Amino acid sequence: MTKHHVSATINGEPAEFLCEAQQTLLDVLRDGLNLTGSKEGCSSGDCGACSVIVDGRVVCSCLMLAVEAEGHAIETIEGLARGTKLHPLQQKFLEHAALQCGFCTPGLLVAAKALLDRNPNPSETETRYWLAGNLCRCTGYDKVIRAVLDAAAELRGA
Amino acid sequence: MNDIVQQFKWVGTRPIRPDGVPKVTGRALYGADLTMPGMLIGAILRSPHAHARIRSIDTSKAAALPGVKAVVTSADFPERKFEYVGPERVAVNFWHMTRNVMAREKVLYEGHALAAVAAISKAVADEALALIEVDYEVLPHVIDVEAAMKPDAPLLFPDMITRGVDPAPTKPSNISKRIEYKLGDLEAGFAAADEIVEMEFKTAAVHQAYIEPHGCVARFDADGQGEVWSSSQGHFVVRALTAQLLGMKIGDLRVYPAEIGGGFGGKTVVYVEPVATMLARKSGCPVKIVMSREDVFRASGPTSGSAMRVKIGVKKDGKIVAADGEFKYQAGAFPGSPVMNGCMCAFSPYDIPNARTVGYDVVCNRPKAAAYRAPGSPISAFAVESVLDVLAQKLGMDPLQMRLKNAARAGTQMLYGPKLSHNGYAETIEAILNHPGYKTPLKKNQGRGVASGYWFNGGGESSATVHVNEDGTVVVATGSPDIGGTRASMAIMAAETLGIDYDKVRPIVADTASVGYTHVTGGSRVTFATGIAVVEATKKVINDLCARAAMTWKVDVEGVIWENGHARPASSNVGDFEPLSLKEIAAKRALTGGPIGAEAGVNPGGVAPGFATQFCDVEVDPETGKVTVLRYVAAQDVGRAIHPSYVEGQIQGGVAQGIGWALNEEYIYSAKGRLDNPGFLDYRIPVASDLPMIEAVLVEVPNPGHPYGAKGVGEVNICPPMAAIANAIDRAVGRRLTELPMSPPKVLAAIDSGTETKAR
Repeated sequence: MTKHHVSATINGEPAEFLCEAQQTLLDVLRDGLNLTGSKEGCSSGDCGACSVIVDGRVVCSCLMLAVEAEGHAIETIEGLARGTKLHPLQQKFLEHAALQCGFCTPGLLVAAKALLDRNPNPSETETRYWLAGNLCRCTGYDKVIRAVLDAAAELRGA
Repeated sequence: MNDIVQQFKWVGTRPIRPDGVPKVTGRALYGADLTMPGMLIGAILRSPHAHARIRSIDTSKAAALPGVKAVVTSADFPERKFEYVGPERVAVNFWHMTRNVMAREKVLYEGHALAAVAAISKAVADEALALIEVDYEVLPHVIDVEAAMKPDAPLLFPDMITRGVDPAPTKPSNISKRIEYKLGDLEAGFAAADEIVEMEFKTAAVHQAYIEPHGCVARFDADGQGEVWSSSQGHFVVRALTAQLLGMKIGDLRVYPAEIGGGFGGKTVVYVEPVATMLARKSGCPVKIVMSREDVFRASGPTSGSAMRVKIGVKKDGKIVAADGEFKYQAGAFPGSPVMNGCMCAFSPYDIPNARTVGYDVVCNRPKAAAYRAPGSPISAFAVESVLDVLAQKLGMDPLQMRLKNAARAGTQMLYGPKLSHNGYAETIEAILNHPGYKTPLKKNQGRGVASGYWFNGGGESSATVHVNEDGTVVVATGSPDIGGTRASMAIMAAETLGIDYDKVRPIVADTASVGYTHVTGGSRVTFATGIAVVEATKKVINDLCARAAMTWKVDVEGVIWENGHARPASSNVGDFEPLSLKEIAAKRALTGGPIGAEAGVNPGGVAPGFATQFCDVEVDPETGKVTVLRYVAAQDVGRAIHPSYVEGQIQGGVAQGIGWALNEEYIYSAKGRLDNPGFLDYRIPVASDLPMIEAVLVEVPNPGHPYGAKGVGEVNICPPMAAIANAIDRAVGRRLTELPMSPPKVLAAIDSGTETKAR
């Protein structure tokens, strides 16, 4: 099977990879680039565990073909912290105990970052609707929402 | 074990979990995240039919496909003896289990595994599955539990004779087991009642719906040694079941716990591990199998759907005098629904002199039921707590006051045999009665519902080792997979017991060769039972530390006590010695006997049951039938919260799952017996915008059977929501819903029926 050559930016660094035409971005991230922080929960775009940011927009990487990444900037959970300095969202998730099993957490954090990038002061309702595409079965979302709102406040310097 | 300390430094605080950073940075490794050199990908062929005889399976074309390294069918697995082993409540039958993992004579549900391949890629593996030729004789199927109980129903097993009936029936049926519990004189009880309500209920099968599909990697070497990395609720149980199904010695298999992406009971059994191990054995290469989401829904355990009838009689003052219940639970394709639990828990929150529960375990052409959070109890609680609400309305009583009047207390005779060992239920009712929200006024189409629940909680075998490092830090290893923050609670209890800082303790989950046997993370047992193992091992270490201080001071060991992380002379009579810190003793360990560490293995009694009482406010949209939960308050007796944030999290999560069970979730089958909604789009679990904040009220009635007073907290929270919401809907719009889920079409139909639904 012919492989396609793709050049993209992943977590701020130039990246190149070879992929087959039918491979999803999630397949390549996890199996090709060993970025297993993006999780596969459904392969149908329903659970959000594979959320990544592509040019500023949240995308289910299981629904995007890897070849479509050509020339685009992709942010994954692995790029959220700066070295060993956690992003405020990550820190607030820990402080609020906003994760139990932690499997949906990377997707939730990526989606929440995209929210705060465009809306630094979301209401609880806005946050709930923004994160409605990220399923969590453990927490009932209570502490997740509190963590996101608290991180937003910290990022605003409030 | 009554040495409950009243003043704590760490117990009851909310430190950051030790495994937190890898989980927020994407570095934690779950079941599908491990890759090994030379690893193959396994894929499983599944039945398209609900019920069919397998005339033949021809795998020759698949085996000949380039890139395919192994093919397995049931012929590769040894036959297992037909016998129920273990305590009746959780008995397993390996004759059934091996057939569930790989079908033999028949496929019994759509999605039933019947062959598997290992190949160099997923694409080749999938291509190979398509080349496997199966000759099926399609048979009539049965999905509904009551249809399956009819005399002319298609039989899943032609020789199944109902257990628990005397004399035994002469004809086979789909009823695997009948159970009955009786107390007092039911007839006399109902004769003395002023009000009697009898109602029928149905609940749908619902899935645990953990976000992480089942996944594992297995390898098997020429020396007969196997290793498995898998996401499960108990790697020791994965080891035992996999070894049993492959006919291996337990010592020849080592299982490593991957991080687990949710389980809720559904990962206490095996589906992919025996298959991956068998493929590894045949191919000589490591094999990874990860289930698709569709396969998770079609072929891993949901919990039972049910049909129930409950009748309760009360005096005018609200005292319950008699209660009777009949519970029919779907077991799925093999016996073993949680109907026994349902029968045991149904009336357990209450002091009822005359009671009976009868349960039926019924096989039908669905995936075999697996445990789901307080398995069995939420189902019967939906019926019982709904009937109680109808009675309270008839009597004009506050439904909480009615529950308080009948609340079981320590010493109450329970229907299923023992006397209740602990208080805690009444305290949860009082917590809700005293909650300011319980009295706030509601608007049109809004209603407030309450309900309660009971769960046994579990004890069981657990092990822990505690090692003191040379700089005075400590490693605590247990065998309990951490699904919801238990590493944090283990570290808290070790730090508290040792009198050192939380961040000096590193808790880990060790593999099956590195720590003693530990039963599953389930039954709300880890903080209780594994916590006791940690405290016991820590106490052994403390004894050792005191002995080393005594050796250093050249005094008798009885003259040394441990206090605030230091060995001290027990009194001035012992001598005038500066206290020795853990760090100081650790630094000199080589001179005082070498490495410092201890292991404890426990199977503790002293389990205290869990009680929950909850209220919710809902609004019903009369135009669409949609029910919105406006407010949810959940009280639970937690004994003592070791890490309150994760205790609250258990309660919030259980309530959210209960809301999904109540309003949305259901297995929907086509006429052909195929699951119509095996995905998260159509099997819709609650999303963030569906829910309000969920207020957890921690009621603390300490458990004297645990060194820090802990009771299991994970499960009982899912028992009340279905009835609480049904009761709230009834009070909002005057319609009594008796079938789950209470989805918009059903609520709308009830509203449009024009008449208030009356209990019989």
